[in-house]
Amino acid sequence: MSAAKGRPAKAAGKRLNIGAVRSSFAPWNDPAAVPLVRFEGVSKRFGDHTAVNDVSLDIYPGEFFALLGPSGCGKTTLMRMLAGFETPDAGRITLGGEDLAGIPPHRRPVNMMFQSYALFPHLSVEQNVAFGLKQEGMPKAEIAARVVEMLDLVKLKPFARRKPDQLSGGQKQRVALARAIARKPKMLLLDEPLGALDKKLREETQFELMDLQVELGMTFLIVTHDQEEAMVMADRIALMREGEIAQIGRPEEVYETPANRYVAEFLGDVNLFEAKVSAIEHPMARLAAAEATDGFYVLDDDCPPAGSAVSLAVRPEKMRISLDPPPAGTHNVLTGEIWDIGYTGDWTNYIVELPGERLIRVARANASRFVDRPIGWDDKVWVTFDADAGVVLEQ
Amino acid sequence: MKRTLPRLSALIPYAWLLVFFALPFLLVLRLSLSDSALAIPPYTPRIDWGGGIDGVRAFIDALDFDTYKALVGDSLYFNAYISSLRFALEGTVLALLVGYPMAYGMARCKPGTRSLLLMAVILPFWTSFLIRVYAWVGILKPQGLLNAGLGLLGLPDADLLYTPAAVQIGLVYSYLPFMVLPLYAALEKQDHTLLEAAADLGSPPWKSFWQVTFPLSIPGVIAGCLLCFIPMVGEFVIPDLLGGPGSLMIGRSIWMEFFANRDWPFASAVAIVLLITLVVPIVLYQRQQVKALEAGR
Amino acid sequence: MRRGPSPFNLVSMTVGFAFLYLPILLLVIWSFNASKLVTVWGGFSTKWYGTLFQNDQLMAAAWVTIRVGLISATLATVLGTLAAVALTRHGAFRGRTLFSGMSYAPLVMPEVIMGLSLLLLFVALGIDRGILTVTLAHTTLTMAYVTVVVQSRLATFDRSLEEAAQDLGATPTRAFWQVTLPNILPAVLAGWMLAFTLSLDDLVIASFTSGPGSTTLPMRIYSQVRLGVSPEINAVCTLLIGAVTIGVICWSIGMKWRERTATPA
Repeated sequence: MSAAKGRPAKAAGKRLNIGAVRSSFAPWNDPAAVPLVRFEGVSKRFGDHTAVNDVSLDIYPGEFFALLGPSGCGKTTLMRMLAGFETPDAGRITLGGEDLAGIPPHRRPVNMMFQSYALFPHLSVEQNVAFGLKQEGMPKAEIAARVVEMLDLVKLKPFARRKPDQLSGGQKQRVALARAIARKPKMLLLDEPLGALDKKLREETQFELMDLQVELGMTFLIVTHDQEEAMVMADRIALMREGEIAQIGRPEEVYETPANRYVAEFLGDVNLFEAKVSAIEHPMARLAAAEATDGFYVLDDDCPPAGSAVSLAVRPEKMRISLDPPPAGTHNVLTGEIWDIGYTGDWTNYIVELPGERLIRVARANASRFVDRPIGWDDKVWVTFDADAGVVLEQ
Repeated sequence: MKRTLPRLSALIPYAWLLVFFALPFLLVLRLSLSDSALAIPPYTPRIDWGGGIDGVRAFIDALDFDTYKALVGDSLYFNAYISSLRFALEGTVLALLVGYPMAYGMARCKPGTRSLLLMAVILPFWTSFLIRVYAWVGILKPQGLLNAGLGLLGLPDADLLYTPAAVQIGLVYSYLPFMVLPLYAALEKQDHTLLEAAADLGSPPWKSFWQVTFPLSIPGVIAGCLLCFIPMVGEFVIPDLLGGPGSLMIGRSIWMEFFANRDWPFASAVAIVLLITLVVPIVLYQRQQVKALEAGR
Repeated sequence: MRRGPSPFNLVSMTVGFAFLYLPILLLVIWSFNASKLVTVWGGFSTKWYGTLFQNDQLMAAAWVTIRVGLISATLATVLGTLAAVALTRHGAFRGRTLFSGMSYAPLVMPEVIMGLSLLLLFVALGIDRGILTVTLAHTTLTMAYVTVVVQSRLATFDRSLEEAAQDLGATPTRAFWQVTLPNILPAVLAGWMLAFTLSLDDLVIASFTSGPGSTTLPMRIYSQVRLGVSPEINAVCTLLIGAVTIGVICWSIGMKWRERTATPA
């Protein structure tokens, strides 16, 4: 998380541009838009294990879509069914309106970038890139021109005659990318594309992939277990859990308004307070909870009627921590003692022990290098948050 | 389309093995239940397909266990089985005793030396088995090299050729690479930090060997022993060239029945009994082989 | 294991390798011995090689053996590779246990039994014994070795390479020819070499399945060896050992060279 927040200014400027273009891009809200890929009630079992359970999902042309989830959640199986390497037990997958059932992988107009890259070790870089074009029976001159174009695109022209085992990890990744897009597929599937790269290279590559996707106007489907990767790159994220989709939405939607506890806990850190709705005073709601003597005072969006049991989810960075008591009349006040401090450079995480041995996490950006009174171990602190900081989740 | 190649690829070798490997065993079984006769091929009965059901019935009626009765009645064959198993067992143990220190030493060499030594173990395997056994005749015979060497040292002659000891030497010598290779494979992939960990936890080297190295190499030991034991039991060339009349082995008995006595049904019966003796070790070996080869799947 | 060999290891290796190589070395020395006696050095001589090449029977047998070896090794390589592909690439299929059993069993099956059973098959089928039957028998024997060698390579072969080829538009058949085969080729060639030498070497199965005019070199050597040590046979053996050694050395140099060109400078 911290890396995304602490992005250098230049990259941030670039991000703003794309963001400005993309903010108007929301075909999923347009009832007239035709999806490129439709999963309709797709299920897949391996023996006793249900890998994918009744998943329905639309991906629109030009979208950068991420399947996110822990290992074994079915995201890779879902992608492999689209590529044709697994056959669904139930449901339908269509691409551009055409049912893909019975079409073998080599006749599907999608290409995949494999997790381990799967570069052919006996072929040179240019031969790897040309492989798919040769299968189409493209004329030689055209193949040569396309290979040069692709290698230019991924900045690998000087390495054309090398064998894959003479390349670095980042270069291999680019060859795999060039090979997969050389056929200009309707859709590019990326299976954990950055998993094998180190942190720094991964961040750079994220932005390159985003630029490339916009440049090519191609639809990308990425499978990843890394939430930061999904948040940074994707237009929409489908968060998966045990073969089912837990939530689909823009990154900021799934992060800021998680649909349930699983989503809230999987993405970033969250403090969850078990509470009961004591009164609805539209647009606000009052919640009673063991941790707060005066209760919580929050927005009543999606809040169930009074008397319902709910969880209030508040992200650590949306809480304020102070050595001084807040002015009288402040809502959402918690008091406790510092239990632990984790300093990560850009952020400091405070673990605060509330009465009843309840621990919560509060994050504070280290906006300045010096403070008057640093917060130390065992200090008594006040933690507050705004009425719109938390999300009420039904239990 | 997707399934054409796989189906074909399985079907051709499958059919080949059924015709040239499985079917012949059924023929051996059938022949072992037939009467011997002095015709060529020297056996009756053959199914008279022209006779229809009656022909088949006549064929079945003619089957009998006479050859097996004769086999059980003759202590020569019982002794041959027992002595084959003993030769193979002793040979396997000796090969293990010679092969383990070799494999262990190889595994501890530097990688470059290691592959050279590995090559040296494999090389004899590529040269003719028959020739390597034959070389021992020149060494072991009464006017051979061994006695010449013993004479130089002032020691009495040892007449080893055509004795059980010569067979034993031949078995260990010929099958040693089969023992060393699986042992080396098991020892070579062992993580040396395991021994460091054992030492760090206070174990002296000889104890580490028995508590860490050896137990981890047991799959290799089993593979090596089976790979030696099974073919040793049915061995023909070694007892024939190096053993005297006293070195009874069952492979040689089958050969004699077949080529010298021309009693095909009896040879088949001896072969069937040998096969039954080897079923357990062969199945064990199969299991181990499947496990090793399909571990990567 | 990182530590070097101990003195005990060195001694056991020395003894072990001496045991393996001494008899072979002696054969080579004896083949150049002018004297017929193994304990007497009658001076260096190549006369046994001279008489060898005038021995028509031996030459004919050698020619039979080479033909049988080339054909059966090639057949066995095709069949064994197919079997290895079937065993690694298909999960469960009907009769799989029987198939894998038959694929590995010839490795340990006593040769006497295989020889006898194959002979009965040829008699039952009414095929005259000759070069054809020996070739068929050797193919059956040696394809098991090819299967094991190729299968151990396929087990470590990254399956996603085949998937990538198909994803890029190659049919499964083309994916096999263009991606799988080039990558397992060293193992396939090693399997062929192994099959060829095993065929050259086999005495027992050839004895059962050969007929008049298809006597192989090992059969010829065997019948002479039973009469005692013969310097002429020493010469044959030396030639065979030399051929195999040169073959293996060329092979390993070739592999080294391949490795070197594949790794970055």
